[in-house]
Amino acid sequence: MIDFSSIVTAVDCFLESAMPHQLAIVVKCILAAVCALVAYLSFAILMIYMERKVCASFQCRLGPTRVGKWGLLQVFSDVFKMIIKEIIEIKDSDRILYNLAPFLVVMSSIITFSCLPFARGLQVLDFNIGIFFIMAASSFGILGILLAGWSSSNKFSMIGAMRSGGQMISYELSMGLSILTLVVLSGTMQISEITEMQTKGWFIFRGHIPAVIAFIIYLIAGNAETNRAPFDLPEAESELTAGFHTEYSGMGFGFFYVAEFMNMFIIAGIATTIFLGGWAPLYIPGLEGFNHAMCYIPGSIWFIGKTLFIVWVLMWIRWTFPRLRIDQVLVLEWKFLVPIGLINLLIMTICVVMGWTF
Amino acid sequence: MKFEDTYIGTVFYTAKSLLTGLKVTLKEFFTRKVTEQYPENRKTLQISERHRARLVMPHDAEGNNRCIACGLCSMACPNGTISITTKSVTDEESGKSKKVLVEYSYDLGSCMFCQLCVNACPKNAIEFSNEFENAVFDRRKLVLRLNR
Repeated sequence: MIDFSSIVTAVDCFLESAMPHQLAIVVKCILAAVCALVAYLSFAILMIYMERKVCASFQCRLGPTRVGKWGLLQVFSDVFKMIIKEIIEIKDSDRILYNLAPFLVVMSSIITFSCLPFARGLQVLDFNIGIFFIMAASSFGILGILLAGWSSSNKFSMIGAMRSGGQMISYELSMGLSILTLVVLSGTMQISEITEMQTKGWFIFRGHIPAVIAFIIYLIAGNAETNRAPFDLPEAESELTAGFHTEYSGMGFGFFYVAEFMNMFIIAGIATTIFLGGWAPLYIPGLEGFNHAMCYIPGSIWFIGKTLFIVWVLMWIRWTFPRLRIDQVLVLEWKFLVPIGLINLLIMTICVVMGWTF
Repeated sequence: MKFEDTYIGTVFYTAKSLLTGLKVTLKEFFTRKVTEQYPENRKTLQISERHRARLVMPHDAEGNNRCIACGLCSMACPNGTISITTKSVTDEESGKSKKVLVEYSYDLGSCMFCQLCVNACPKNAIEFSNEFENAVFDRRKLVLRLNR
């Protein structure tokens, strides 16, 4: 397996030798930011294309086929259209907050994105409370959505934002509980270490029943976190026109749109990292030849493949179920997911203490 | 109390019904797609027999049609799409005068394809055909003469 940390160290040594220490740090920050942004945008384009194709397939259609071969240029032309559209200043809106809100949403999703381990050593942020940091960074996207609704001076935006706040803050809880279950199993919060441990078996297999329950809870809560159907109450088209981003046009809307898609990718990426082994190849104890063959597939392909599979599952759920009512959403969270998550955490703790995990 | 109504029962019942829904869409994901890619599939295009695309008046091998110029179709038409020009011809044997069709004019541009004219016709002289590519650049070309 390629270890990307050696490449990173080489670049680091080169920069340190070529310029003074302070400047080197600035250059390294800019390099990392550019890499993260480029990866972010390319995955966003991939996700939008995938969404359109998968959605079409679930509805027995073909999806975009006309712009470019297999409709590959469709997303680019949509993005171009979005960029050249006028950004309308809304009367009576709070200018500063109105313009700030989309950036907060995108910022939170980029910070979370840079925590994902794409391969061994290929990750922007990695420190001992990584999982904790992801939870914190992803939850301040709610702030952007609340501000967007508040500053638009529009009742639909306001209702959408309030619903979104109620929903996302609630579901953060069961998401945290299911992640905590896996932290109990792994004994660390550092993302690189969690993945390293899974080269000898993915946690969803090693943690067996409690890990599977935590995985399902995580998928449900993650789906609610990304504001997608069946939990798309914040932007319920039929009742709230477009919810919190009703008044946004052009790239303001584009940021929300991209952030929503990338949040789905990030949710899937975190699920891959903590449940399905991140970049770790499939490991079956006892089959040494098989394990050795699996190691020849690069880690980044393992990671992206597993992530896209979970994204596909999330899309499958999105295009199957109708939207829930707001009371049903909250009942599902507070009466079902949280108690089950707490009991599951207890079961996992007992399993770890008694040594019943693999 | 049934098991499905208890707290634990709801969880299992919900999971079961959600999985049923997921199974349906998964099957749909792998079935052949129904999208028709129109200009490319012209050769294999299947149009339903009963599709109403354009009014035609069938003629036999000698170029005779079955129209008796009664004007029922033109009266049945809600849009005034059909106008019929007739002339009177005296039958030599019986000496009675008889209406004969001169021109059967049909304006495709104002037709709404309701089929009332075809239903009104006592002789089945007119019918709808499947030729659906009716676009032209000048609306005067849409006024068609159906008899020969």
